[in-house]
Amino acid sequence: MLRDIFSKRRKYATITNPSSSTSTEKKEIPEGLMVKCNQCGAISYTKELEKNLKVCSSCGYHFSMNAFERIIATLDDGHFFEYDSEMISVDPLSFPDYPEKVEKDREKTGLNEAVLTGEGTIFGYPVVLGVMDSRFRMGSMGSVVGEKIYLAIEKAMAKKYPFILFSASGGARMQEGVLSLMQMAKTSAALARMSEQKGLFISIMTNPTTGGVSASFASLGDYNLAEPGALIGFAGRRIIEQTIRQELPKDFQTAEFLLQHGQLDMVVNRKEMKNVLGKILSIHSDRGDE
Amino acid sequence: MPSDLQFEKPLVELKAKIAELRKFTEEKGIDFTEEISKLEEKARNLQKEIYGSLTPWQRVQIARHPERPTTLDYIKHIFTDFLELHGDRLFGDDPAIVGGIGRLENQPVTVIGHQKGKDTKDNIARNFGMPHPEGYRKALRLMKQADKFNRPVICFINTPGAYPGIAAEERGQSEAIARNLLEMAALSVPVICVVTGEGGSGGALALGIGNRLLMMENSFYSVISPEGAAALLWKDASLAQRAAEHMKITAKDLLELGVIDGIIPEPMGGAQKDINKQCQFMKEALVNSLKELTGKSGEQLKEERYQKFVKIGEYTTFVHSS
Repeated sequence: MLRDIFSKRRKYATITNPSSSTSTEKKEIPEGLMVKCNQCGAISYTKELEKNLKVCSSCGYHFSMNAFERIIATLDDGHFFEYDSEMISVDPLSFPDYPEKVEKDREKTGLNEAVLTGEGTIFGYPVVLGVMDSRFRMGSMGSVVGEKIYLAIEKAMAKKYPFILFSASGGARMQEGVLSLMQMAKTSAALARMSEQKGLFISIMTNPTTGGVSASFASLGDYNLAEPGALIGFAGRRIIEQTIRQELPKDFQTAEFLLQHGQLDMVVNRKEMKNVLGKILSIHSDRGDE
Repeated sequence: MPSDLQFEKPLVELKAKIAELRKFTEEKGIDFTEEISKLEEKARNLQKEIYGSLTPWQRVQIARHPERPTTLDYIKHIFTDFLELHGDRLFGDDPAIVGGIGRLENQPVTVIGHQKGKDTKDNIARNFGMPHPEGYRKALRLMKQADKFNRPVICFINTPGAYPGIAAEERGQSEAIARNLLEMAALSVPVICVVTGEGGSGGALALGIGNRLLMMENSFYSVISPEGAAALLWKDASLAQRAAEHMKITAKDLLELGVIDGIIPEPMGGAQKDINKQCQFMKEALVNSLKELTGKSGEQLKEERYQKFVKIGEYTTFVHSS
């Protein structure tokens, strides 16, 4: 039976992006040959853009990346051994329309939940990797997302691997109520334990990282990195505007804004991300205590 | 009385009628004793009927009652030798969170809690109990001090949420909350948390990683306010009542979901009806919880707290049909 599980995991060895070739679904980048940049309006070939890690070649705008694309861009040869792939959400509050919405997102994205966790290598360094996908219920964190991240941290502790997590989330998942809120506590408690064991955690905030996700694990990296232009913050822009009754500056809650206010270590261009991770991993692999 | 809630109106009116009859009896010498006792009987039944079957939304209203006891009330009535301590040593002192040292019976403890105001002026000063990052960092500083000197920590939770404002974001509201979650998980002393009124999402949770998590009978604890949920779900914040019924936010709900360890009873109609009695109930619960945790090693307390939180959540495993 154990072997069955193992062989099942092996199937995930190489990640392909199920949504890159299908034509039925709606994505961040519209269907077709050409794509128009959301920021500068420049037109580029879809294929070219994908080759460029979905970064606009004229202005550097970062289009959003799904979890599969992220894994391919991050891990050596896109090799990924997935953990807990079959864990799915239930409906603990009997919340109106919730199961249907989850089911729809499963079909739409090819994912079972809003995070993929597993392991692979980056420039040969083994890591436990988590990648959130904002297409799945806005990347929101319910019981499954919290549990998968907690289990990934436990795995990283057991294997003494660094843990790297790409966040992309609107926050805690309302439809699972207080259970979602408690996932903030669960993941943070796991990171507390990992920190005590001197385990390395690199948090990368991508667009968007807000609410309960930014107010838990995403802010708790030994290194907190972010992609350019990513929206990062605790409260939503509209809520703040309603509360203080004034308009917010345009760059408010961007990665650059956070960097300026001392909340981030670095803002890293996506095309440099793997190199930066490689450098951090390399420096940590040489530390005196190993 | 301005402090009565809408659903209490029938009872209030009945009580006013009884008082009127009493006055009549005294002044005019007409004997209404029989009518009065009949009405009193009716009032008792009505009281049981109203308070015995409070809806989640009614509890939300009681939890937000302007006369509901605050952290400083509990501190005054329950703890001795209390000294309030200020500031996060980084930026400032946030009046929306209070904290300090004192004794519970004879045991030295650190007490921390959200602080709402008693009137409009006080509420403005306290920012309606909505902390900025410096509030959470003050709380963390006091918890670490407690850890160092081996003092149990008691947290009172009562906030609509962490403040959504420009300065709060600039100073790292997210990081401040996240840091507290991580550091509270690592404390080696007993931590007891009580939701006393509003448990408003992450802003509440940031004082909520305890070995014991208790809720007062009419408090609520929620990932998003009923108003916020209604606005998101139905684009209409006035449907908050409906949202409250759906969201499982009452003490009883959270006990059933396995999130909290116990419920602290309230006087009939809510804590604001009898603060002395409420403080007795509170003290009893705190003393009992502390007794259960005394004598445990730091490692044991940490391990138990860890297991308590990592167990929370509901999910299933997808079975392939192939």
